[in-house]
Amino acid sequence: MLNIRTFPLGRWFLLLMFFVMSCPAIASAMETMVGGAPSKPWWFWPVVLFFFCLILGILAVMAGVGGGVLYVPLVSGFFPFHIDFVRGIGLMVALAGALAAGPGLLRRNLANLRLALPVALIASACSIVGAMLGLYLSRLNPDLIQTCLGGTIIGIAFLLLFSKNTEKPVVTKQDAIGLALGLQGVYWDDGSRESVEWKTHRTLLGLFMFILIGLLAGMFGLGAGWANVPVLNLMMGVPLKVSVATSKFLLSITDTSAAWIYLNRGCVIPLIAVPSIVGLMLGSILGVRILAVAKPKFIRYMVITVLLFAGLKAMDKGLGIGLLG
Amino acid sequence: MPTMDNQSTKPSREQIIYANLLLIGMLAGIVTLSITYTIYLTGLLPAHVDMQLISANWGKGVQEYLDITHSPHGWGWLALLGKGDFLNFIGFTLLGIMTIVCYLVLVRGYYRKKNWIFMIISVLEIVVLSLAASGIFGSGGH
Repeated sequence: MLNIRTFPLGRWFLLLMFFVMSCPAIASAMETMVGGAPSKPWWFWPVVLFFFCLILGILAVMAGVGGGVLYVPLVSGFFPFHIDFVRGIGLMVALAGALAAGPGLLRRNLANLRLALPVALIASACSIVGAMLGLYLSRLNPDLIQTCLGGTIIGIAFLLLFSKNTEKPVVTKQDAIGLALGLQGVYWDDGSRESVEWKTHRTLLGLFMFILIGLLAGMFGLGAGWANVPVLNLMMGVPLKVSVATSKFLLSITDTSAAWIYLNRGCVIPLIAVPSIVGLMLGSILGVRILAVAKPKFIRYMVITVLLFAGLKAMDKGLGIGLLG
Repeated sequence: MPTMDNQSTKPSREQIIYANLLLIGMLAGIVTLSITYTIYLTGLLPAHVDMQLISANWGKGVQEYLDITHSPHGWGWLALLGKGDFLNFIGFTLLGIMTIVCYLVLVRGYYRKKNWIFMIISVLEIVVLSLAASGIFGSGGH
């Protein structure tokens, strides 16, 4: 019998990855073999989706990425749902995760409201435009969105691979906009047992970047934590802990506006949305417990590999090559 | 050894109120979703769209799906609250509306502090989120 203490964590993780990649793929293959028309009872895919999202939630926490960025490419690649629904539900999933994390981060003063508010206004307004544009393009040709999604996901994988975030960036002089908006603060670092002061620089450039982030988040239904953190940390000079926490909180605002667009267009089907939301939230809770004994670096590289594969799969599907099944 | 400065590292009053409201709203949304989804699956309330019909059409684009299943868009679900499937939209709406409620508290706080820049930012955010929620941008199609 397998013992959790003696069975290496890496193997557990590989088993999880195997399950994530294989369960919808096998089910899909079986369906195709039967002959194209849906042969499964209505409950089959929602049940598979629930367990898939449970594992996705564990992986997302362990790899330090949001649920939405894994959910949209993997579910659109391996499940029989149209990309319109996957994006709408992906945003609801990211929103629920951000709402769950937000209160704790705000109370500990890790997520900074002053920093979040101006950035959120830009990102949320642009995510509406992104969502409308995404739905318009999808109506013209869904393959176009699928291909662009694939390209974006591959870009995200490389961004995660090569971006070297800085724990406490050195900001020698705060710029005028940062000063006018009061984008500075202090937080208590439990690790180094000291209070850390921070302030922003290159604020205008950072704010411009959130136009692009909002557009991408809305267009593809992705939570945008993967982009928020590098912009806040590397560009604006915000400490990593504050960047990660503020980014997570930001999603609760950015994703709300884009989610409303998809919700109002009818892109959220309760039958598949609720198992996705509940599965990912339960998985996140489990993931936090497992995180204590995990090796985050190894897991991060594995998730980057999965993202690369999911991106290639989305491009393959969008371009109709059929190389990856 | 540096000591923790309780005054400077403490979150603002608005931040705490925002966090508390968000927590209440999030829990209410998730509990509501769990209850309404149970009602939907158990058939305590009849569904507007048969589950077999959903599974046969979830691979189609949203417009085609809405046409086939005669499902409403925008806030049209309010007229179908007696149906198990559309009952779930109460939970989705709760999750989507919480941020607007939290921002109302911020506007009040910043007004009291006479922090006009952040009060205007908060008001603009409420306008953006309300426009998104209203369906002006999102519910076209038919």
